[in-house]
Amino acid sequence: MIKREKRRYLAVRVVGNQMLNEKTVLDIVYASVQRLFGEHGASQTNLRMMKHDPEKNQFVIRCSHKMLEQVRAAIASVTEMNGEAVAFHVVAVSGTLKALAKKA
Amino acid sequence: MTRFADLHLRVPIDDPVQTQNMITAASELGYSLVGIPLPGNVSQRQLSDIKQFCQNAKLDFVSRINLAPKNSNDLLANLRRYRRKFEIIAVRCNTKDVARQAAKDRRVDLIQFSVTNVRQRFFDHSEAELASSALCALEIEASPLLQLTSISRIRLLSSLRKEAATAQRAKVPIVVSSGATNSLLLRGPYDFAALCTLFELKQDAALKALSANPFMLIDRNKEKLSPGYVAPGIRVVGRKHVD
Repeated sequence: MIKREKRRYLAVRVVGNQMLNEKTVLDIVYASVQRLFGEHGASQTNLRMMKHDPEKNQFVIRCSHKMLEQVRAAIASVTEMNGEAVAFHVVAVSGTLKALAKKA
Repeated sequence: MTRFADLHLRVPIDDPVQTQNMITAASELGYSLVGIPLPGNVSQRQLSDIKQFCQNAKLDFVSRINLAPKNSNDLLANLRRYRRKFEIIAVRCNTKDVARQAAKDRRVDLIQFSVTNVRQRFFDHSEAELASSALCALEIEASPLLQLTSISRIRLLSSLRKEAATAQRAKVPIVVSSGATNSLLLRGPYDFAALCTLFELKQDAALKALSANPFMLIDRNKEKLSPGYVAPGIRVVGRKHVD
């Protein structure tokens, strides 16, 4: 039987003057993963955008649990977008969306 | 609960608003102590302002001075002048003789190296042995990892990988600090620990570099600066006047 891949959900808070949508944030994170770990590394992350909370400017991203540290490093290393400074902070990490909602 | 420290928060001390923003951001990100580099001639007003901002943000504050001496004599003169005034002394080693002197001098707490010039990184096995016996820690700043791009970042990561391995072999404590000049370059301790995995520093070692190691250093220095301190293990417990 094929074992189901474990996942991790990350709540990411974006700080900066720009209002970003889900696609832009995922593209930025993907680009950062690719810059640090290459296409091979990026292919192992299985990144998906799950939710967006515009009030808190917070996003929920899903990734493979094996690549959690790499994804976290890639998220932390984002410093600018369209020439403007931004900062991405991982607020909470969890194995389920329900537990993440309690933490974040 | 683990306490985290950022020993190098480079606030613009002439700009109180920005200073306050950075201190508040550090508190929100989960730090409980910040080390702020100050000039040697810092005024009492600026110092009390910073202490007040830290108190408002419920952060502990330690004063720090960054020395960048030209040669070892310059370093010794600076150490004599500033050791009793600041809780942390960090030395940027731009030459090999400064690096060797800083590593073997017990008055130096942190040694750091150039982030852009690989030829000015002198943290080899001999340096590590000296630093280990003098209880001097290797400081790794995280903000250059965020700011540098392409080849400069690759070179820096390569150097850091070797230095972190050398430090761990020689049991030199590693201290990871932000080195942030604005609040957008600050990250939480777990994010910095994740960044450390880029140069093969394991997560538990990275978290220790952000928590246990800086606190150990500060506790030791606070004891040294206390009035009863004489030498490691020797304290004045009472005084008796003899005619």
